[in-house]
Amino acid sequence: MSTLPRALTLAPGAAPAPAAARRAARRRTRRETATAWAFISPAVVVILGLSIVPVVWSLLLSFRADDLVTPGRWVGLDNYRALFQDPNFRTAVGNTLLYTALYVPLSLLGGLALALALNRRIRFIGLYRTLVFVPFVVSATAQGVLFSFILDPEFGVANSLLHKLGLSPQGFLTDPDQAIYLLVLISLWSGVGFCVVVYLAALQDVPPELVEAARIDGAGRWRVLRHIILPTLTPVTVFLLLWQLITALQVFDLIYVTTKGGPLGSTGVVVYFVWQQAFQMFTAGYGAAAAYVLALALLVAGGALHLVRRRRERSEGAVR
Amino acid sequence: MSSPTTSRRPSGWHLLLAPLTLCFALPLVWLALSSVMSNAEINRFPPALWPKGIDLGGYRYVLGNAMFPRWFANSLIVAAAAVLSNLLLGALGGYAFARMRFAGSRALLGLMLATMVIPFQLTMIPTFLVMKELGLIDTLGALIVPSLVTPFAVFLFRQFFLALPREMEEAAWIDGCSRLRVLFSIVLPLARPALATVAVLTFLSTWNDLSWPLIAINHDTQYTLQLGLTTFQGLHHTRWSAVMAGNVITVLPVLVAFLLAQKTFVQSLTSSGLKG
Repeated sequence: MSTLPRALTLAPGAAPAPAAARRAARRRTRRETATAWAFISPAVVVILGLSIVPVVWSLLLSFRADDLVTPGRWVGLDNYRALFQDPNFRTAVGNTLLYTALYVPLSLLGGLALALALNRRIRFIGLYRTLVFVPFVVSATAQGVLFSFILDPEFGVANSLLHKLGLSPQGFLTDPDQAIYLLVLISLWSGVGFCVVVYLAALQDVPPELVEAARIDGAGRWRVLRHIILPTLTPVTVFLLLWQLITALQVFDLIYVTTKGGPLGSTGVVVYFVWQQAFQMFTAGYGAAAAYVLALALLVAGGALHLVRRRRERSEGAVR
Repeated sequence: MSSPTTSRRPSGWHLLLAPLTLCFALPLVWLALSSVMSNAEINRFPPALWPKGIDLGGYRYVLGNAMFPRWFANSLIVAAAAVLSNLLLGALGGYAFARMRFAGSRALLGLMLATMVIPFQLTMIPTFLVMKELGLIDTLGALIVPSLVTPFAVFLFRQFFLALPREMEEAAWIDGCSRLRVLFSIVLPLARPALATVAVLTFLSTWNDLSWPLIAINHDTQYTLQLGLTTFQGLHHTRWSAVMAGNVITVLPVLVAFLLAQKTFVQSLTSSGLKG
């Protein structure tokens, strides 16, 4: 491509013949298009090639019996039909929903409460904020390995502390009645920090005059929170809700590292099920079908939230 | 009249905040402590809560017998490649979308953004097959290629460039600079916040990822730290001090990066959050 200063020849005032100008302009547009495509094509190839292509491929795969090695065959909706009768899948869906139903509201509430507590100018506040946020940058793998050790029934410090307090030792992650709740707690330890950071940033946008005015009018702490702070935070809450929902429904790394879906299937979640079917049982078509069911659920959840937000905005607009 | 924040008396909030936030740090403190304990201290019941001395046996074991140095290098290569290429390809794409007019640019941008909501488990099986076709399975290439550039990087650069004034670029362009030179010598030096955000978020997500390496890599010479750590734990679950030493090695780079550039980290995450 030439790097000659073409633009100069097109400077207004030169007034070339109309046909020539049009041709020159067209040439310039064409060159601009070529440059633009040269700039974006690596990103387009990588992003679309590794998203649109796999999404279609996954759909086709979900209608096939395929082990990723030998040629598969078309089975229509059989994978989906089998999925709805598979007790393991049903358990995985149940576990995923339980995990999500606990993690999402708790991380938002905890994040909001901590952000409100941390939103003040006192000594060491920077340190306090850092401590709450630090676990967020720790990988799920490292969290899993660390808590497998802390909660180890024999060598773990958790049971050793219970022993010191005179309480009976627990099975923790090896106990089917406790495992998933402990996994929620571990996820909260690292995940709350993200909500805190986002809420803290949003709290800076609450107009202080408004809070001051409400205080002067005699509003207590609770009413200021309820009527001034929370409404200002609504868009951020919706974002966090969506974000945490997506994160929770897709939980995998922590489960793989700690319980591998056990004990007795009590922590098997949908993504773990997909991974197991595709890469351990070599029933990739079946795994793809499960992945599609989860993706559809995510789409419905996201769409519903979007609708709720739209309706709220409209009704608020109507009130004003 | 009532302005409690300006009083000299230490705030009562410390009584709540100090223990509460310390709870967040405790597991990491325990990680550091147990990594320098001897196996004898850990393997008795009840285990010790504080190391008698500093025992580096765990670190020696991990650095000597296991492949941690190799895994560390692998992680570093993958993360560095992903960061550099996201900066380059993200900036190129973002600049084209922000400043150049070409047919279909809006639709293309919309399509790229739409791919951000596709969940990973939907793409992981075919991505594995694509990487297999490319002959990249079991190489670091399989880890680098899917994270060469994210739609988020392109979008973030585009937003940042749109907010920059055009005049300087136009002057340089009229003076005969190519678009590429304008981007590299005028625009990018002004885009440090965008570069930092993309670098931080790319580093965090590639360094910490487990699920994709787990699928794409079989041979232990190609493991990343995350994959190596969990496999190591499975094989040596009684050598807890060595496992914790390996864990420290896995976490430390991110932790150090975070403490050095905390402001950038926090701003990156909130900007990704509030604009998302």
